[in-house]
Amino acid sequence: MDFGFTTAAYVVAAVLFILSLGGLSGQESAKRAVWYGISGMALAVFATLIGPGSGLWLLSLILIAGGGIIGYFVAKRVQMTEMPQLVAAMHSLVGLAAVFVGFNAHIEAARIATMTPEAREALTGFAALVAHKSPVELSILKVELFLGVFIGAVTFTGSVIAFGKLAGKVTSKATKLPGGHMLNAASAILSVILLIMYMNGAGGWTLIVMTLLAFFIGYHLIMGIGGADMPVVVSMLNSYSGWAAAAIGFSLGNDLLIVVGALVGSSGAILSYIMCKAMNRSFVSVILGGFGGTTGPAMEVEGEQVAIDAEGVAAALSEADSVIIVPGYGMAVAQAQNAVSDLTRKLRGLGKNVRFAIHPVAGRLPGHMNVLLAEARVPYDIVMEMDEINDDFPDTDVVIVIGSNDIVNPAAQEDPNSPIAGMPVLEVWKAKQVFVSKRGQGTGYSGIENPLFYKENTRMLYGDAKDSVDKLIPLID
Amino acid sequence: MKIGTPKEIYEGEARVAMTPDSALQLQKLGYDCAIETGAGAAAGFSDAAYEAAGVEIVKTAAALWKEADIIAKVRQPSETELKRLSGDKTLISFFNPGGNAEGLELAKAKGASVIAMEMVPRISRAQKMDALSSMANIAGYRAVIEAGNNFGRFFTGQITAAGKVPPAKVLVVGAGVAGLAAIGTSTSLGAVTYAFDVRPEVAEQVESMGAEFVYLDFEEKQQDGAATGGYASVSSPEFHAAQLKKFRELAPEVDIVITTALIPNREAPELWTEDMVQAMKPGSVIVDLAAEKGGNCKLTVKDEKIVTDNGVTIIGYTDFPSRMATQASTLYATNIRHMMTDLTPEKDGQIVHNMEDDVIRGATVTHEGEITFPPPPPKVQAIAAQKQEKPKELTPEEIKAQEAAAFKAQTKTQVTLLVVGAVLLLGVGLIAPASFMQHFIVFVLSVFIGFQVIWNVSHSLHTPLMAVTNAISSIIILGALMQIGSGSWLVIVLAALSVFMAGINIFGGFLVTRRMLAMFQKS
Repeated sequence: MDFGFTTAAYVVAAVLFILSLGGLSGQESAKRAVWYGISGMALAVFATLIGPGSGLWLLSLILIAGGGIIGYFVAKRVQMTEMPQLVAAMHSLVGLAAVFVGFNAHIEAARIATMTPEAREALTGFAALVAHKSPVELSILKVELFLGVFIGAVTFTGSVIAFGKLAGKVTSKATKLPGGHMLNAASAILSVILLIMYMNGAGGWTLIVMTLLAFFIGYHLIMGIGGADMPVVVSMLNSYSGWAAAAIGFSLGNDLLIVVGALVGSSGAILSYIMCKAMNRSFVSVILGGFGGTTGPAMEVEGEQVAIDAEGVAAALSEADSVIIVPGYGMAVAQAQNAVSDLTRKLRGLGKNVRFAIHPVAGRLPGHMNVLLAEARVPYDIVMEMDEINDDFPDTDVVIVIGSNDIVNPAAQEDPNSPIAGMPVLEVWKAKQVFVSKRGQGTGYSGIENPLFYKENTRMLYGDAKDSVDKLIPLID
Repeated sequence: MKIGTPKEIYEGEARVAMTPDSALQLQKLGYDCAIETGAGAAAGFSDAAYEAAGVEIVKTAAALWKEADIIAKVRQPSETELKRLSGDKTLISFFNPGGNAEGLELAKAKGASVIAMEMVPRISRAQKMDALSSMANIAGYRAVIEAGNNFGRFFTGQITAAGKVPPAKVLVVGAGVAGLAAIGTSTSLGAVTYAFDVRPEVAEQVESMGAEFVYLDFEEKQQDGAATGGYASVSSPEFHAAQLKKFRELAPEVDIVITTALIPNREAPELWTEDMVQAMKPGSVIVDLAAEKGGNCKLTVKDEKIVTDNGVTIIGYTDFPSRMATQASTLYATNIRHMMTDLTPEKDGQIVHNMEDDVIRGATVTHEGEITFPPPPPKVQAIAAQKQEKPKELTPEEIKAQEAAAFKAQTKTQVTLLVVGAVLLLGVGLIAPASFMQHFIVFVLSVFIGFQVIWNVSHSLHTPLMAVTNAISSIIILGALMQIGSGSWLVIVLAALSVFMAGINIFGGFLVTRRMLAMFQKS
């Protein structure tokens, strides 16, 4: 097959990928959109296999099939609550693949450089592409490849650490080595120096040293970011994996890689932006880790947390006409989504208006709560996002907060000195009654006192979220 | 310590400051309870009921005053009663400290602590012990019932086979607690209810109870109700005149007038003048809840019901709560019980007179041989301040101008961004070779498309979006596939590994996305 067919196939694949992302604007069209993505990928792989430059296609097919089987089992087995870990783990694979492909490009370029002009003519495939480059093009190739490897390496270790944090294998606290971000900055500057040396023909060792530095940056950068910022981290890594693919695409001269890399990169960037906005924090401050300095002492919280038992909550729910449930990471941890779904079904069966309010950064992954609720068969049309439902709280009889804390913290609006001041929050305290299901009296992840728990219309339902909700269900009539 | 409640000695007073229910609660606080025999009889609580609740029955008042450490009663204590006090006793009662200088002196001389229930400050925390409000609530309700008793027609309008009955028109003057209770009762009986108050900020409360607020055609900035602790203050003569003019207009129409206008520590203002009474239809009823302080109508005779020459009934009873003694006693006893809860922080039956506490300080009028009336203003201001003026409605022109300005600003930032982007692109184009620029254009356009497309992704699908972008970022497999055919073994091994990993990702990513999306279901 000639080059023209491959290019045509790439165009079709690129269009399919764009449609596949665009289709995610609605739940129904999304189901179709996945098929666009799958056919785009199949077409791209097929066109590359039969196109110029590829060889050993049997081995390739076997490897793809082998990876596919693993992927299939992972996708079937994974719990919906483990979705953040899975996404992080998959990012690390893309990162590592980008590093390898970049290395390969370097090795090929180095091999060709030693060849005689006659031998070059005999080359095929990728090697031939490299062989025909002019000196300027070659140095651009080097920059691209260097960048691709760098971003890929950062993505790899970063994703591994993110995976560890999300899976609970690495402490989710923000920890930094002495020197903090100076270490990262030093590594980055060193990498730039290595790049210049590499451009001037310093050889392969610069590339390897840079890779090690980038591994360190990825590790250290993500170690310094705490658990509550994970939605930003995951979407940021998503973005990086895209940029890495785009950089590799440049060095290989492959337009489809560039297109897809750019799509993924911008998608991740937008997600990070949305998440940051939802926390009213700048991207830089998230990356630099930890919550920003406060401008004064936090407002003192007056009053006491009043506990209530399941009977009390059930009585209030029985009388309520409208109920809003605000789930958070705690619901995911306690695996309470099915219990919550049963509760919802029971309340709806009694003719009550039950809805869910989802804050953009609830959970550890953008949209995490939506997926969990969907898994528990909560219909998506009663699951609202913050802007849709925030005005409805004053007309709501009962709000149940399950395992969320900072996203319902009134201090964000009332206390200008609060570390989360200005962060958009769900205004649950405006409802007639608020029940908070919580393990104990401690503060949330961010360590910020939550005045909501002390409000007059708030009652605390202590205990494991799943047990609490399970207890609640038979009591309602 | 022991809490004792004597029989009320004021004539006609049927209420009692302790009920069997409240006694049970007081015992939980660690107190012993005692009551004078027959104290609850008029309110419908027999001695036997008290005994069943564990209350000691004391034969005489003298014995009770002697025995009890804390005396809870309803009416302002008489001289005899005050003389029975001693330095270690606490009296909780209505006391009228503003008009009871001798009483204060006497209590001071005896060294007793006196807590005056009418002095409980009006803050949210103290609402549960605000006896004035709970009594006013009863008075407002009862005022409507009394009016109905003396009014010869239905409250509600009816069209029956026997003819059409127009609804009664009720005017409630003063929308305090009593006024609001009267409005609620009157509207639920079906009458057309109007209400007036000098504090325009209560209009919302009045309307929420189902009555129509009577507005005056009068331009004057009213004093903020919050500044006077939520009570009405004296209004200017012009305002007063405008008010009377409005009432004169209403007088021939209304069937029932309930006046509840009181200003703290002053004579009740005259709001319903003689000529208004003359203008009313025969059979109309006026209930004057301010009769104790001289009445809002000058014809009112305190504690009596009179009928004027033109057939208007004027009721001047002052004992409405006492006329509903069971209900009033229950509420008052609960108020007392809450006061005791605040006075007993340890729940050990020992009274702690904490003069730092706003509520206790405010209500205490004598303590440790000193008169502590009037109290300093409470530290907490809990009454909602008058609403700030609403932001002015924008005219269509202003909105248009704003929109135009926003559009202009948007255009400006967009153009700036475009120019900066174009200059950067040109700069790159100047130094980079053509083959690079070709790819670069593709890259920039893809980023652009990416931004346009991703903004439309619904929030709830962010997790599937990440999974799908993850799957398609395995497009890196193309690079590996192109390299795998190369000569060097190292290249082949690395490329093979990449292909393998990307394979995991492609299948894993797409399958998990499909699994997630299949879960999203419409109800």
